[in-house]
Amino acid sequence: MTLVQPLRTGPLATLNPVAKLGASVIVTVALLLSIDPVSAGVALILELVLLAFAGIPVRTILARTAPVWIAAPLAGLTTVLYGQVSGTVYVQWWAVEISQGSIGLGAATALRVLAIGLPAVLLFVTIDPTDLADGLAQLLRLPARFVIGGLAGLRLVGLFAEDWRALTLARRARGVAESGAIRRFLGQSFALFVLSLRRGTKLATAMEARGFGAPGQRTWARPSVFRARDWAALGVALAVAAAAVTAAVAAGSWNAPLG
Amino acid sequence: MSTGEGAPAAVRVADWGWRYEGRSAWAVRGVDLCIEPGERVLLLGASGAGKSTLLAGLAGVLGGDDDGESAGSLTVAGRPPAQARGTAGLLLQDPDAQVILARVGDDVAFAGENLGVPRDELWMRVRRSLAEVGLDVPLDHPTAQLSGGQKQRLALAGLLAMRPGLLLLDEPTANLDPEGVLEVRDAVRAALEATGATLVVVEHRVAVWRDLVTRVVVLGADGGVLADGAPDAVLADADGELGRAGVWLPGTPVPETSVVPEGMPLLTAHSLAFGRAATTRSRRRRRARAGAATAVPVGHPVDLEVRAGSAFALTGRNGSGKSTLALTLGGLLPALGGELIAEPLLADGASSDPASWRSRELLTRIGSVFQNPEHQFIAGTVRDELAAGPRALHLPTTEVDERVDELLDRLALTDAAAANPFTLSGGQKRRLSVATALATRPRLLVLDEPTFGQDARTWQELVRMIASLRHEGHAIVAATHDAEFVRAVGAASLRVDVAEVTA
Repeated sequence: MTLVQPLRTGPLATLNPVAKLGASVIVTVALLLSIDPVSAGVALILELVLLAFAGIPVRTILARTAPVWIAAPLAGLTTVLYGQVSGTVYVQWWAVEISQGSIGLGAATALRVLAIGLPAVLLFVTIDPTDLADGLAQLLRLPARFVIGGLAGLRLVGLFAEDWRALTLARRARGVAESGAIRRFLGQSFALFVLSLRRGTKLATAMEARGFGAPGQRTWARPSVFRARDWAALGVALAVAAAAVTAAVAAGSWNAPLG
Repeated sequence: MSTGEGAPAAVRVADWGWRYEGRSAWAVRGVDLCIEPGERVLLLGASGAGKSTLLAGLAGVLGGDDDGESAGSLTVAGRPPAQARGTAGLLLQDPDAQVILARVGDDVAFAGENLGVPRDELWMRVRRSLAEVGLDVPLDHPTAQLSGGQKQRLALAGLLAMRPGLLLLDEPTANLDPEGVLEVRDAVRAALEATGATLVVVEHRVAVWRDLVTRVVVLGADGGVLADGAPDAVLADADGELGRAGVWLPGTPVPETSVVPEGMPLLTAHSLAFGRAATTRSRRRRRARAGAATAVPVGHPVDLEVRAGSAFALTGRNGSGKSTLALTLGGLLPALGGELIAEPLLADGASSDPASWRSRELLTRIGSVFQNPEHQFIAGTVRDELAAGPRALHLPTTEVDERVDELLDRLALTDAAAANPFTLSGGQKRRLSVATALATRPRLLVLDEPTFGQDARTWQELVRMIASLRHEGHAIVAATHDAEFVRAVGAASLRVDVAEVTA
């Protein structure tokens, strides 16, 4: 009942979710250190090459990553129009100032959104929430109560969407669908809040009735194992990050405050 | 692991009571009860007698001192329930509220994990429990795709995997269609035969469990135990006490409605296709991604002519689309195909397509009562709730008050007039949601599971009220599992999955 079904095919799907999370964090941190076109460009090219071997159909890739493809040029354009001004100024109109520097920054920003967003989305759409919870609790030793509670709560999100729909239809049936949009929205939100509390309480009771929170050591039905290929995935991510940083430093475009 | 796992558990209740934090009245008090290992007990009582609270107490899920105050003592297998986790398994009413994980096998394994059962034995127990409840699906089958009856059997399997010595069932079949009721009853029977566990089941409708139980206990509305003994002796109800307490007794006569003359047509459906239309942007995007059509009709197209004074029951299994059809006939969802025509008598000057009416125009024409009453509440008090419709019609204050007082009186809600609708009991909420629709006197009333959660007494009130509405010329369409309700209001049955009318 999660909103989007995870992909279960291809080599990415067999990786441990914790490895995917780690790989994503490594690339993101490296690319956030500096804002320059070279590091992001190199990372993006390497990622696209890796993607070609990931065995995910092109149509699926495009469909799932569409938001990133839309967000990247928009973020770039915004930076071009309003970004920090330096070098030759080409256009000046109200708050808009397009300069040589802002064009460079804009390109760097767009590439960065792609280089961080594409792998993150593709790694996350192949994560099954249950497997992630297993990994977080067994490998990273996060508290089981918290992780399992969150996992069970995730299932309620789909029910909240249905509740909201029913609340909307019910307001039409009660003759108040056309009056006072803001007041109605607030009232409906409060009703959803009350219903959510109800559902949450019921779920908690059902979980306790099955021994959740019992004293003693919990066992795990599904072992979460960190295999060689998971280490390899972290290694690949490190290599991509290192290549990107090295290339940028060599090209002289690296502009991180600490670099 | 807990000691004595799987051995049938004894229950000892001595002058026990529970009061929820922040409430002045005791939910249950003065209960004395001894249940021997392996006994099968049906627990009865009027709504509000505290049956569910007693079960929750036995299951050890009432919580601690922050959650309420207890009196007397209560033990399961010789220990306080909170310290005997896994000894008692509690099955609740709502199938959707009990699914915990996304895959069938994981969901059944959940309880074993919590109790620290080693992995190999855990999966053995999962397979055995699924076999015991007869749920024959792969271990990685998505739990979201199960029917209501299957979900209840899944939850039962989850409990059985704990090897409990005591099974507690709180109205486990109340939300199910007749086929689902039998599925769950048979699964419980098979599980008891396999484990020999002690059973305590709460259910309004006695007939389902009568042959399975060995003892019947009735809780009094004012505390204590009203009756206790062998099923035949207790259910004979020699002094009529159970009947007055609202217990459904087998063979209770069902009132039959006299023939009602039908009037002019109100609403006509020709090959009406219905389904959840794509209403929001995100929904459409999700569907497009899945590569499916924008709105998929459920069930077969429907032909129907609703006349003044007529009554139709939409029947069929859970998930067959009864509720969706009810919403469509109620002018709340657009038709996906075919025609839905409001005839002049119903339209009364508005257009012939109910889905195009303004919300206020619906009020005097079609009243819809939803499956979950809480979805429909929009005011802070019962009185304001009833007044909301008439006020939206801009009726004069005296007229509004008159209608509200009449409905409060008729549905026995006068004492609760100042209460918040969300704090009412299940039966009261249902009556209030019906009353809010009646307050604007619509010609057609569309009800979704109107008798759900009613005890025998409030059920009779509802049936009488709906029958009298028919006599006044209102038309009734009700989506329902309740065959006795269909008979009592004299409704023609429209089975939704096959879409044929049988009179």
